[in-house]
Amino acid sequence: MYFGLVFLGWLNIYSVTITDEELNLLNLTTGYGKQILWILLCFPIIVVVLMLDVKFYEKFGAIIYLVALLSLIGLFLFGKNINGATSWYPIGTFTLQPSEFMKAATALAMAKLVSDKQFNLKSPKQQLQAILILFLPAILITLQPDPGSALVYISFFLVLYREGLPMYYISIGVIAVVLFVLTLAFGANTVSMSLLLLFITFITFLSIKRQRLLKRGWPAMTFVYILATLYVLGCNLVYNNVFQQRHRDRFNILLGLSEDTSNIGYNTNQAIKTIASGGFGGRGFLQGERTQGHFVPEQDTDYIFTTVGEEWGFIGTTFVIVLFIVFMLRIITLADRQKMRFSRIYGYSIAAIFFFHFAINIGMVIGLLPTIGIPLPFFSYGGSGLWGFTLLLFIFIRLDANRTYEW
Amino acid sequence: MNRKFLLYAIIILTGLVYIGKLFFLQVYQRSFSNSPLNNAAIKTKYEYPNRGYIYDRNGKLLVANQLSYDIMVIPREVKDLDTLEFCSLLDIDKESFLKRLKKARRYSPRIPSRFLQQLSKDDYAYLQEKMHKFKGFFIQKRSIRQYPIKSAANVLGYISEVNEEFLRKNKYYHQGELIGTLGVEKTYEEVLRGTKGKSYIQRNRFNKEIGSYKNGIYDTLAQSGKDLTLTIDSELQQYGEQLMNNKRGGIIAIEPSTGEILAIISAPSYDPNLMVGRGRSKNSVLLFGDTINKPTFNRGLQGTYPPGSPFKIVSALVALQEEVITPETYVKCYHGHRYGIRSKAFMKCHCGLVGVPIRLNQAMYRSCNTYFSNAYRKSIEKYDTPSEGMDAWNQHVTSFGLGKYFGNDLSVGQPGLIPNAAFYKKYYPKGRWRAVTTISNAIGQGEILTTPLQLANLTAIVANRGFYYTPHIVKSIKGMEVDRKFITKNSTSIDKKHFEPVIEGLFNVFEKPNGTARASRVPGIEISGKTGTSENYIKINGVRTKLKDHSIFIAFAPKDNPKIALAVFVENGYWGSRWAGPIASLMIEKYLTGETKRPLIEQKMMNGSLKDEYDKQLSTPQIEK
Repeated sequence: MYFGLVFLGWLNIYSVTITDEELNLLNLTTGYGKQILWILLCFPIIVVVLMLDVKFYEKFGAIIYLVALLSLIGLFLFGKNINGATSWYPIGTFTLQPSEFMKAATALAMAKLVSDKQFNLKSPKQQLQAILILFLPAILITLQPDPGSALVYISFFLVLYREGLPMYYISIGVIAVVLFVLTLAFGANTVSMSLLLLFITFITFLSIKRQRLLKRGWPAMTFVYILATLYVLGCNLVYNNVFQQRHRDRFNILLGLSEDTSNIGYNTNQAIKTIASGGFGGRGFLQGERTQGHFVPEQDTDYIFTTVGEEWGFIGTTFVIVLFIVFMLRIITLADRQKMRFSRIYGYSIAAIFFFHFAINIGMVIGLLPTIGIPLPFFSYGGSGLWGFTLLLFIFIRLDANRTYEW
Repeated sequence: MNRKFLLYAIIILTGLVYIGKLFFLQVYQRSFSNSPLNNAAIKTKYEYPNRGYIYDRNGKLLVANQLSYDIMVIPREVKDLDTLEFCSLLDIDKESFLKRLKKARRYSPRIPSRFLQQLSKDDYAYLQEKMHKFKGFFIQKRSIRQYPIKSAANVLGYISEVNEEFLRKNKYYHQGELIGTLGVEKTYEEVLRGTKGKSYIQRNRFNKEIGSYKNGIYDTLAQSGKDLTLTIDSELQQYGEQLMNNKRGGIIAIEPSTGEILAIISAPSYDPNLMVGRGRSKNSVLLFGDTINKPTFNRGLQGTYPPGSPFKIVSALVALQEEVITPETYVKCYHGHRYGIRSKAFMKCHCGLVGVPIRLNQAMYRSCNTYFSNAYRKSIEKYDTPSEGMDAWNQHVTSFGLGKYFGNDLSVGQPGLIPNAAFYKKYYPKGRWRAVTTISNAIGQGEILTTPLQLANLTAIVANRGFYYTPHIVKSIKGMEVDRKFITKNSTSIDKKHFEPVIEGLFNVFEKPNGTARASRVPGIEISGKTGTSENYIKINGVRTKLKDHSIFIAFAPKDNPKIALAVFVENGYWGSRWAGPIASLMIEKYLTGETKRPLIEQKMMNGSLKDEYDKQLSTPQIEK
């Protein structure tokens, strides 16, 4: 019974999001038609997914993962180049993006690996195994190049943390990001100088109050300090030499370092204006003139949220965000209820993936994060994405359904 | 298990931050731009209404519209152009062609910009057939002004492209639109222009139009401007302009019973058609750049001159009102009146009536300086201090509309100057001034400055025996009421009874054998008037140099129930009876009878030129009287 309720809830979310998507695309006749087809084709997938036995996912997790990996590799041979990235298989007039399915496969593989009773995330060797699972597809996708989609795999760290990955991995990650942003914002010199100051203050403090601690820990502290400084300098180096100008521009504009003179932040600017023009109540369905005027590039895919913003206003955007939050929290709650470790890890994985997509996409659209092109689940136009997310979700529903049967 | 809450926390926190940001974007910031049409995706297209026509008081068309044609260009679409042919068609050289194209491209490659302005109808007819050959160019119609009668340029004004400063202040106008810049076109801009029609066009990110916004529910139709009927009598206006040929100065004629201005003549003037069409910019530079003749300076409204003898009317009226003289009070004239406190300075009089008692009437038609100086002195010395006397005098005089702006519907004007006690205190900080110090005010010299319009209004006041309507130029606006201010009576501080003796004197100016304007008498018309000869000075190389006197005349007619009151100023025309008097009488004759029967005087006035006199001002620093 509970399953039925939950399923209805999900279905509701699902249909609401889909309806919204479909209506927005009424004007993009071809895109609209295709999307309807994709949506219809979701149903056989759902049926197949739900028919398969739970054991299937558990047993074949690794194999699915390998097949998906192969498909990614195959892209380099048969892929079609769209917008500068070789991420698609052309099938007739349609294209298929294997990286979308890779997420589901990785989630399965990860669940499979970590759910092993022998597996312990405290052990460095096994940490390495887990991380390898993440990094293989991430690297392959980065090579396409589609760094945005690759970034999604970072979300698995949240899952690993949940399953016992020591805190300092995430801490280091957060500190690294903070240092990176600080370096960009204030320059490497300023940041390294303040690090030095911090270090000296810290050492002085210790030498007065905790001499013993200092005696024992100074090599480690010095090491951490040097590492941090090197990292900061390295950031600067990488930023200036490895990143492309467009990436640098995006960061600079977001951090307010440089004026946007040549419309580099055009997307974000237009997106923000479009959202803002919606006001509290929105322009009404199909009344968004900025939407109709196609002011926002990629509005049907990555910037789909601007349509919600303009046509449905603050009410609409808030509703969508709340919907997503409820949806994700619901998945997490359900995941926690799973008796099988495999199901739980899988549940967590998809919650993390959804969250990552949600956070990055909307953050980018409303100008809080740098421009990273990843779709908003269920909203953005694109069959592979839709199928990918459907797979992710319904495999979990299948796993969840199993819980009810067995107990 | 603590660990599971991390994800919860992150999700909820992110959600809240996003909702917060969206609230800021959509609800808070949003309040600054509330119109649904205030949006970059909407382009507003304007349909320009016909500007209202302007008629004179008899329904004669003064200002009409004509179509003009601009050649527009969309630089992006210019392809396979036969530049040589195109240039020869438009009569421009290749250099200018390239310059114009470059300018247009710099403005925008996609948006049409003006390539060549205001082609005539003939050019258009010729070009139209060939236009299809030149991709990227097209012709756009515009309505510009046309003046069927070459007259009253300074009154009608002109329209020109609205300037940037005004654009910032007024949201109605946009770059490149036309606006009334001077004259009636300026004062009645809002009436004449009508209302632009607006249509909202949806466009995409390339500024390309993709259709009407919401099927045009916000669109409005253009409303034509309203036609304007002026109080100007175009025949009188033209006649006056002819009389002022080769002279500098101004004539203002007013209908006393209504305050309607019958004619505003400023000489020299120009053909209003010069400020229209392709030659506009060139012509306007010539007109505005002529600092010697100042054809764009409206002498009738902006020229401030010492009024001279006509001001004696005011002196007399004030003295009568203050009861320091009666019409029977007499003064003996011994060639003038002293002025200054202790100095031996002397103000001459050439009334020619030495040693005999002069009464008001005679003083008026002989224009005796001594008499009015006495009257002025008595008016001021009636009070205990010169300051009080001066301020009381100032009160009376300013009630005639002198020394201040009328605030009427003319686009230019000057307040002139009527001094008060504060004014003299500034110049004599030790208070060493008395009535005699300022005695030249009595005869309209000294510090007093008036415009011809103010003087004409003064004449109208006398004609009305004590009141005036604010002089104005609009008679009626189709479908609108004229400003109430123009039908409100303004009373002077002088009682009606004091006017009759003064008018008798003014009447005698024409009627008495030795009246100063005897020669300008018109048989059958009872004109009352006053000559004026005003001294004027300029500084040449820092030396105060006397120029030849201005010839001034004021008159109204008929004596009872007057129909016209006017003031004539002829710069450096010497005696009032030499130029201004005859001109005034001709104007009156023309207006009242529709024709003139004194061809000799008429010819003399029309052909008479003061050009030599004006040239003298430029060549020699010393000008003999």
